[in-house]
Amino acid sequence: MKPEKTTRQQADESSIEGRFKELNLPFNDREALLESNRCLYCYDAPCIVACPTHIDIPTFIRKISSGNVKGSAKTILESNLLGATCSRVCPVQELCEGACVLNEDHKPINIGRLQRHAMDFADKNKLNFFQRGNPNGLRVAIVGAGPAGLSCAGELAKLGFEVICFEKRPLSGGLDTYGIVVFREPVEISLKEVQMIEELGVDMRNGVEIGKDLLLSDLVEDYDAVLISIGLGKVPNLSIAGEDKEGVFDGLEFIEQTKVKDLKTIKCGSKVVVIGGGNTAIDCATIARRLGAPDVTIVYRRSQFEMPAYEFECEFALKEGVRIQFLTNPVEVEGKDKVEKLKCARVELGPPDLSGRRTPRVIADSLFDIPCDMVIKAIGQEKPYDLLSELKKFGVQEQNGYIVVDPKTNGTSNPKIFAAGDCIRHKGEALTVVAVQDGKIAAASIAKMLLPSKTNGKKTQPPGTR
Amino acid sequence: MADLKTNFCGIRSPNPFWLASAPPSNSGYQVQKAFEQGWGGAVWKTIGAPVLNVSNRYATIDYKGTKIIGLNNVELISDRPVEVNLKEMKEVKRNFPNHAVIASIMVESTKEAWQEIIKRTEDTGIDGFELNFGCPHGMSERGMGSAMGQVPDYTCMVTEWAVSVATKPVIVKLTPNITDITLPARAAVKGGAPALSLINTLNSIMGVDLNTFDIKPSVGGKGSHGGYAGPAVKPIALHMLSAIALDEEVRKRTVPISGIGGIETWQDAVEFMLLGATSVQICTAVMHYGFRIIEDLIDGMSNWMDERGFKTIEDFIGKSLPKVSSFGDLDLGFQSVARIDHNKCIQCNLCFIACNDAAHQCIDLTTMKLNGNPMERPLPVVRENDCVGCALCSAVCPVPDCITMVEVESNRPHTTWNQLISEKPEVLAWDAMNEYRKKANFHIH
Ligand SMILES: Cc1cc2nc3c(=O)[nH]c(=O)nc-3n(C[C@H](O)[C@H](O)[C@H](O)COP(=O)(O)OP(=O)(O)OC[C@H]3O[C@@H](n4cnc5c(N)ncnc54)[C@H](O)[C@@H]3O)c2cc1C
Ligand SMILES: Cc1cc2nc3c(=O)[nH]c(=O)nc-3n(C[C@H](O)[C@H](O)[C@H](O)COP(=O)(O)O)c2cc1C
Ligand code: SF4
Repeated sequence: MKPEKTTRQQADESSIEGRFKELNLPFNDREALLESNRCLYCYDAPCIVACPTHIDIPTFIRKISSGNVKGSAKTILESNLLGATCSRVCPVQELCEGACVLNEDHKPINIGRLQRHAMDFADKNKLNFFQRGNPNGLRVAIVGAGPAGLSCAGELAKLGFEVICFEKRPLSGGLDTYGIVVFREPVEISLKEVQMIEELGVDMRNGVEIGKDLLLSDLVEDYDAVLISIGLGKVPNLSIAGEDKEGVFDGLEFIEQTKVKDLKTIKCGSKVVVIGGGNTAIDCATIARRLGAPDVTIVYRRSQFEMPAYEFECEFALKEGVRIQFLTNPVEVEGKDKVEKLKCARVELGPPDLSGRRTPRVIADSLFDIPCDMVIKAIGQEKPYDLLSELKKFGVQEQNGYIVVDPKTNGTSNPKIFAAGDCIRHKGEALTVVAVQDGKIAAASIAKMLLPSKTNGKKTQPPGTR
Repeated sequence: MADLKTNFCGIRSPNPFWLASAPPSNSGYQVQKAFEQGWGGAVWKTIGAPVLNVSNRYATIDYKGTKIIGLNNVELISDRPVEVNLKEMKEVKRNFPNHAVIASIMVESTKEAWQEIIKRTEDTGIDGFELNFGCPHGMSERGMGSAMGQVPDYTCMVTEWAVSVATKPVIVKLTPNITDITLPARAAVKGGAPALSLINTLNSIMGVDLNTFDIKPSVGGKGSHGGYAGPAVKPIALHMLSAIALDEEVRKRTVPISGIGGIETWQDAVEFMLLGATSVQICTAVMHYGFRIIEDLIDGMSNWMDERGFKTIEDFIGKSLPKVSSFGDLDLGFQSVARIDHNKCIQCNLCFIACNDAAHQCIDLTTMKLNGNPMERPLPVVRENDCVGCALCSAVCPVPDCITMVEVESNRPHTTWNQLISEKPEVLAWDAMNEYRKKANFHIH
C-alpha cells in the first residue's frame, strides 16, 4: 500500500542523517499546479501586504499556473533575494498565508510551498536573473553578512555599487547558515544564496571582525556609506549558580553544531533540560530529541499563554516527544563537576509587566530537582554592546542595546551609517524575511542619498510642474 | 417515487438515459454492461461504410487542473465489420428486450446503399435507427456525415430514402457545424423523420504543442480538425435544442428530440429535458468515468422529480421552452443591480477590478497600502445608481450567493424593443433615440 501523503517527511529514523533531512516535502509539479490553480488572483491581495518584503504573490502564483515557473521565480526574487530561505523558514501562518482571503472560505493557499517550488526550479535549472549594474564608482561597506547584510549588498550591487561585506565568521549567511535548524533549512540553501550575492559582484571578506580586525572608523572614512547588520550575540548568562559546570550549553552553539559538524560527532545528553520559551528553545529541544536524547524537557517560567514560541512550533515539539514544563524557574545547576540536576522553583503569575505579559513570581518553599545530564540555555541573545559603544562615537544612538534608525530609511543619526536586521529590531518579531526587507530599505536609501548627487542632475519633473 | 420510463416516438426505455453513438456503444459487450448497470438505451456506434482508423485519436481541453472539459476526436464510424455489429445487436436485444437499442448508420449517398443497410439491420430486432448526418471529420471528406447534414436538400433526400423502407422509427442526428440549425431540422422533418437528435460534435483543433508545433491530436506529426464534445459544448447544444424545439415547422409535426452534447450529470440532463428533450444521450462523460455514472444520473433525477412533485418525465419535458424568447421581446423596463453581502464577502475584490476594468466603474474601493494592516481592507461597495446590472461582478465572485442581482424599480416603461420600434420607428436614428431615452428614464453611464 502507498503511504499516506503528508506535507512533512517521515523522518528516516534509522540514521541520524535521516533525522536531520529537510522535514517539509516540496510540492511535485502536479501538486504545485493544482495548488496554484486554487489561487483567486485577488485584486489588492492582502498577502502582498502581509509579506514583509511585499512579494507580488498572486503574480508569482499565476505564473506557476501558466507554466511560467521561471518568470515566477524572478517575480519572487525581485522583491526578496533570499526567497529560497524565506520559503522554508517564514512563519507563513502569521504572514502571507495568515492574510489569504481563503482562510475565511476554507483553507489558505499554501504560499510558502509554492514559493519554494519556484525557488527550487530556479536552483535546479541554475537560473540567474540579475546582473551587477554598471559601476557607479561608489563604495559601500557592509558589516555582517546575515540576511539583512546580504539583501542590502545584493540590491546595491544590482545598482552598480562596489560592495564589500565584512563577516567575522568563516561562512556567510548569518543565522540562516548557523542558526536555523537543518531540518527546516539545509545549510546549502543559505550558502547558495550567499553565492548568488557574490556572483552579483559583492566582495565577501570572511574572517574579518569589525572592531577587532578592522576598525569602524576605517570603514566610515574609506566608504561612501556603511551598513551595520551584525545581528545579535550569543545566549546570555542565566545568572544562577553552577551555570559554568560542564554540560551547560549555549543554545545557539548547540544548534550550530548540527549545521556545520558531522552529526555523528555531536555529543548530546540523555536527560536534557532546555531553558527558555521561544522558538530557539523549541529548536534546541527537537534537535536534542533527533540527536537521540530519550528525555527532553523544556522549562519555561510563565504559562503556555505567555510563551513566545509559535503554537505550531509547540505542537511540533510535543509531537517529537518533548515535554514542556510551565511556571518553572531554574534556580541552580547542581552536580559534582558535571551537571547532575537542575534545581527549580515553582512560579505563579502576577499582574502584567511592561510587555503586557504577567510577571512570574516564585512560590515560597517550592523547590524541586529535575535530574539531567545536559542543560541548554535558550533565553535570547546578547546585545552587541562593544560595537554599539564604537558606533556611539559616530553619533549613532542606541536604545536597550538596539541601534536606533528611522524606519522609513533605516538611516541612523549619522548620515553615512545605516543599520538593518536583528540589531535594530527593538520591537516586533526577529525574522529572516524582516531582515531582508530592512536590507532592501537601507539599500534604497543609500542609493537615494548617493546617486542623485553623483549624477549631479535634477530629478525629472512630472509634466506640468516647474 | 418518480417514474423515469420513456417513450420516444414508440421507442421505449426504462429511463431517458441513452449511450450516444460513440466508443462506449461500440460492442455488444459494452452495451450489455451498460444496461446491466442501469442505462436505459444505447445508440450503437455508427455502422456502415468501411473505414480505417488512425492513432492518436483524442485530445482534450483541461482547465485549471480539471481534466476534459472538452474532448476532441478524429475517430471514424465503427471499424468493426457490419456483420459482427449486427450479430451483437441481435444478442443484446434478445437479452434486454425492454431496453432501447438504436442502430446508427451511415453509408455512401446512394439510395440502394441506405436502403440495403436499413433492411439488413432491421432483421436484428433493434428498436429504431439514427441517421448519422453529423460526423465532421474523415467521413465528411468522403461525402458522408456532416457533408449530408450541412446541405438541407441532401438531408431531406436521404431521410426520405430511409423512412420509406424502415418499419422502425428513424431519428435524424443533426450536425451543429452549421449557421442555422433550424434549416436541416426542417429538411429532416420534411423528409418524414419522426424524430430528431442533436448535437453531434463540433469542428475543432484542440491545441498546438509549443515544443513540436504539432497540432493536437497529432498523428505522427500531423493532425486534422476533429469533433469537439464534452461539458464545454453544452451551451451550444442547449441553444440548438431550444431553437428546433420552438421552430414552428418542427412543432407542427411534434417530433420528439433526443438531446446530446456535454451532459455529465442529472442536472445537465434535466436542463436538456426542460428545453424539450424527451431522451438524452451521453458520450464524453462515460468516456471519462465509465458506465457507473448512471447510478447518480437516475438517482439525482428521481430525487429532483420527487422534490418537485413530478411523477413522470412528461410532467417536466419542455417546461422551460415558454421562457425562451428573443432579444426583441425582452422587457426594457426590467432593471437589476448588484448587491454584495458583506457578511459573506472575503474581500478578494475581483468584483472591483472586473467592474472597473471591464464593466461600468461602479464598485468603489480605496487602493492598497503596502504598510497597512493586511486585515484592514476596504470592502467593495456598489454605487447602485450607476450599476447597469450587467452581472459581471456576480459572475467573477468566488463565494456562492455573495453578490446577487436584485430587481429594482427602474421607472421605465415595460416595453420591448419590438414594440418600441413598431410604435416609434424614429428611435432608429440617434437624435430621436436620445430624446426617447431622456423621456423614458434610460440613463447610460
Ligand atoms: C535559533 C534561531 C532560529 C530561527 N529560526 C527562524 C525561522 O525559522 N524563521 C525566521 O524567519 N527567522 C528565524 N530566526 C531569526 C532569523 O534568523 C534572524 O532574524 C535573521 O537571521 C536576522 O538577520 P541579521 O542579518 O539581522 O542577523 P544575523 O543572521 O544574526 O547575521 C549577522 C551577521 O553579522 C556577523 N557579525 C556580527 N558582528 C560582526 C562584526 N563585528 N564584524 C563582522 N561580522 C559580524 C555575524 O557573524 C552574522 O553572520 C531564528 C533565529 C534563531 C536564533
Ligand atoms: C470519440 C467519439 C466518437 C464518436 N463517434 C460517433 C459516431 O460514430 N456516430 C455518431 O453519430 N456520433 C459520434 N460521436 C458523437 C457523439 O455521439 C455525441 O454526439 C457527442 O460526443 C456529444 O455528446 P457528449 O458531449 O456527451 O460527448 C462521437 C463522439 C466521440 C467523442
Ligand atoms: S452588475 Fe456590472 S455594472 Fe453593476 S456592479 Fe456588477 S460589474 Fe459593475
